[in-house]
Amino acid sequence: MADTLVRPTTGQGIMMVNKVDIKMYQSPEKSTWCPGCGDFGILAALKQALVGLGLAPHDALVVSGIGCGSKLPHYLRVNAFNSIHGRALAVATGIKLANHNLKVIAVTGDGDGYGIGGNHLIHTMRRNPDITHVVENNQVYGLTKGQYSPTSEHGYLSSTSPDGSIEVAINPIALGMAMGASFIARGFSSDPKHLAQMIMLAVQHKGYSLVDVLQPCITYNHVNSNEWYKERVYKIEAENPNYDSTDRDAAWQKAQEWGTRIPLGVIYADPSRPTYEDQVPLLQRGSLLELSERAMRSDYDYESLKAEYM
Amino acid sequence: MVQVNDINIKMGGEAGQGVESSGAGFVRALAKGGLYIYGLQDYQSRIRGGHNFYQIRASEHPISSFSSNLQMLMAFDNETVTEHAHELVEGGAIIFDEGLKFNRADVDAGKVKLIAAPLKKIAKEVAGDDIMANTAALGVLAGITGYEISFMEDVIRRNFKRKGQAVVDANLAVVQRGYAFGADNHAADYQWKLQPMPNPKQRMVLTAHQAFCMGAVAAGCRFNAAYPMTPGTTIIEWMTAHAGKYDILTKQTEDELSAILMAIGAAHAGVRSLTNTSGGGFDLMTEALGLAGMTETPVVIVEAQRGGPSTGLPTKTEQPDLEPVIHAGHGEFPRLVMAPGNVLEAFHAGYRSFNLAEKYQMPCIVLTDMMLSTTQETIEPEDMDFSQVKVERGEYISKEQLDAMTEEWTYLRHAVTPSGVSPRAVPGHPKAVYITTGDEHDERGYITEDPPTRVAQMDKRMRKLEGARQEIAKPTLHGPEDADLTLIGWGSTYGAMKMATDILNAEGIKTNFFHYIDLWPFPAKETEALFAKAKHTITIEQNFTGQLARLMRVETGCVPNGKILRYDGHPFSQEDVVAAVKKEVNING
Repeated sequence: MADTLVRPTTGQGIMMVNKVDIKMYQSPEKSTWCPGCGDFGILAALKQALVGLGLAPHDALVVSGIGCGSKLPHYLRVNAFNSIHGRALAVATGIKLANHNLKVIAVTGDGDGYGIGGNHLIHTMRRNPDITHVVENNQVYGLTKGQYSPTSEHGYLSSTSPDGSIEVAINPIALGMAMGASFIARGFSSDPKHLAQMIMLAVQHKGYSLVDVLQPCITYNHVNSNEWYKERVYKIEAENPNYDSTDRDAAWQKAQEWGTRIPLGVIYADPSRPTYEDQVPLLQRGSLLELSERAMRSDYDYESLKAEYM
Repeated sequence: MVQVNDINIKMGGEAGQGVESSGAGFVRALAKGGLYIYGLQDYQSRIRGGHNFYQIRASEHPISSFSSNLQMLMAFDNETVTEHAHELVEGGAIIFDEGLKFNRADVDAGKVKLIAAPLKKIAKEVAGDDIMANTAALGVLAGITGYEISFMEDVIRRNFKRKGQAVVDANLAVVQRGYAFGADNHAADYQWKLQPMPNPKQRMVLTAHQAFCMGAVAAGCRFNAAYPMTPGTTIIEWMTAHAGKYDILTKQTEDELSAILMAIGAAHAGVRSLTNTSGGGFDLMTEALGLAGMTETPVVIVEAQRGGPSTGLPTKTEQPDLEPVIHAGHGEFPRLVMAPGNVLEAFHAGYRSFNLAEKYQMPCIVLTDMMLSTTQETIEPEDMDFSQVKVERGEYISKEQLDAMTEEWTYLRHAVTPSGVSPRAVPGHPKAVYITTGDEHDERGYITEDPPTRVAQMDKRMRKLEGARQEIAKPTLHGPEDADLTLIGWGSTYGAMKMATDILNAEGIKTNFFHYIDLWPFPAKETEALFAKAKHTITIEQNFTGQLARLMRVETGCVPNGKILRYDGHPFSQEDVVAAVKKEVNING
């Protein structure tokens, strides 16, 4: 993977990078996931993407929420903050603002990222910090044993929706476009190679990048199974090499596709949008961490504050 | 008969009438003259209208409370007269615009002087616009009290400089006419006078929130995330106003959850981080508070209390959140709680909170309230001593130390140590790649449910409190050691209780006052020592249930003899405390 050159649809080239070995990312921990879980593919893809980008484990910081998928950072050796349910993006933003030299990647599930974390999601999208958000979207609550999630389809049967879910599912792609997300892609856990490319492009994109990852929950979601996805997914690039992800109208059309055919790939990208950090003049002089270390050595004039109150 | 430099003035009116700016202007003019000032503000949860007041006390001596007894009332609306005329003492006066209609029956004309002043007329005649009626009123006030007009003129020059010379000149002309009206017509029969001190010493007049921010920024706080909520918002507004000068990053967030979690994220990355809120917002933060406890992330939270529960009294003062902040969050984790009681204690809390939070790697909650957010006090500038502000990071592993580590060294973020404190490295260094989590974890930070590991981690987290207990600010005692009466309080009641203690002693009731600053870990030893000696103890709090009294009982078994509780949204004046204490011990005042 390290020598694979990925050509992004946004037209940016990939920087070729220092020597990073995938073994560096080997965690001592054994996963608690069910055998066959889609999370394995996502973990493999994320590792490959980090290696492919030439990032060492100390260059990146993975923030997660709570849920099966949010245990992911325990299964690769990397700086990580496994936070609380729904709040990964807020923690990730705080980390990014404090040290924008770190590549910050948030990993959440669908309930985590699109449900309980919905408010942070829409505001992070319009805020546009340079954070990549990988959503492990299996359309069900797995860790709590099979309740319907915000992406469960209308009519989905579960222990808390025995007559079928009444709500319509969230469309994260369209939501992202409406809220100003500057990069939106979709991957599939059973195609980790393609997913790794999506994650690499997302990390390289300057700004908030959403990678919605379709994945089966082999234990609780018996509707949206691996086969169900395989029958439907297709790669945009393969079908239409001229697809322009910066064309908002085309992307909006693509965002509506669901059901019989589900597009994978970079659906929307706006590389022109400045990041939040880029618009904070203070951060152009260095990371807040560097400035704060300086502050703790105390070469600021505090005495002059007194005059304001005299 | 004439009394110099001992006065209480209340200015009242609707929001938008300039009560606050008039009050602030007069405060500045008095402080410039070397007087001690205490400025109390009261407003309602609305942008326009309603009833607001600004109460100024001025003295040649240090003062830490307002008084219930007014010598002057400046009424910009009739409600001010209705609400406050009865607070005037014999010989006091009401200044109002001659066009103001109010019920004369509200005023005891035999006791109080009515000064109908042509405020709008002066403004209109001199400046062509009655918007400067407030300036005229300040002129009348200075004229009647005999305060040197040059001090008022200086304030006008400073305050209106931004608006251009024409505005400055117009206001100067208006204040002079107002001054002449007051001095010529009403100064002779008004007994309270104000005059600048010879060689006036320049002192600071500020709020506790402002002082807290000064201590915090001097300790290296460089990140402040918050969602606006009265009365906590004055913190992030100060930080934002000073962001350019001190390289502070402030972030207004989508909600309070995000505010504390961004602060936790930034703190985890190594920046001293702050969030501020009030009770309702703090409720939203509680799950994240536990995350800070579990991940051992130093973060400082200012919880500026107001009347509760729910939306409660959004702009009124109360102390209803002591037990909530001590117990907030599910599960058990260590935290620090400080409750500064005045400007200087708030300044100290500003740097102490960050030092203790980082040394002990736990959240520190600084409990303030509406009073501490808005009330102005006078301090000696030298008492705010920046040279004593030291940055203490505890067991923090620097980049240089990490560089020096061998390849074999394994970093354990949550290492079990005798003190419970695990050396902390911030992410970004190849020798300290680690995970942390709100799940129970082992020394490396990986999730575990192994019982011995769980117990070791729980023990080590809670053990940190024993170290912190040695470093908390101990309660202070004011007044004679061998008093017959001991008043006990915490937080913003400090000023009123201190002055009330002096009044009671002057009246021959031997009283002392025990004031808590830091409340968690609870200073149990000091409490027990007090109760071993105290003859009759009374707790005074601004809540319904007597939360401090209950905390003392739970932590020490000490039970006060009496409790004075107030929850009407208004702060105690010194006289309120004196009267309540006398009632409590059956002494007729």
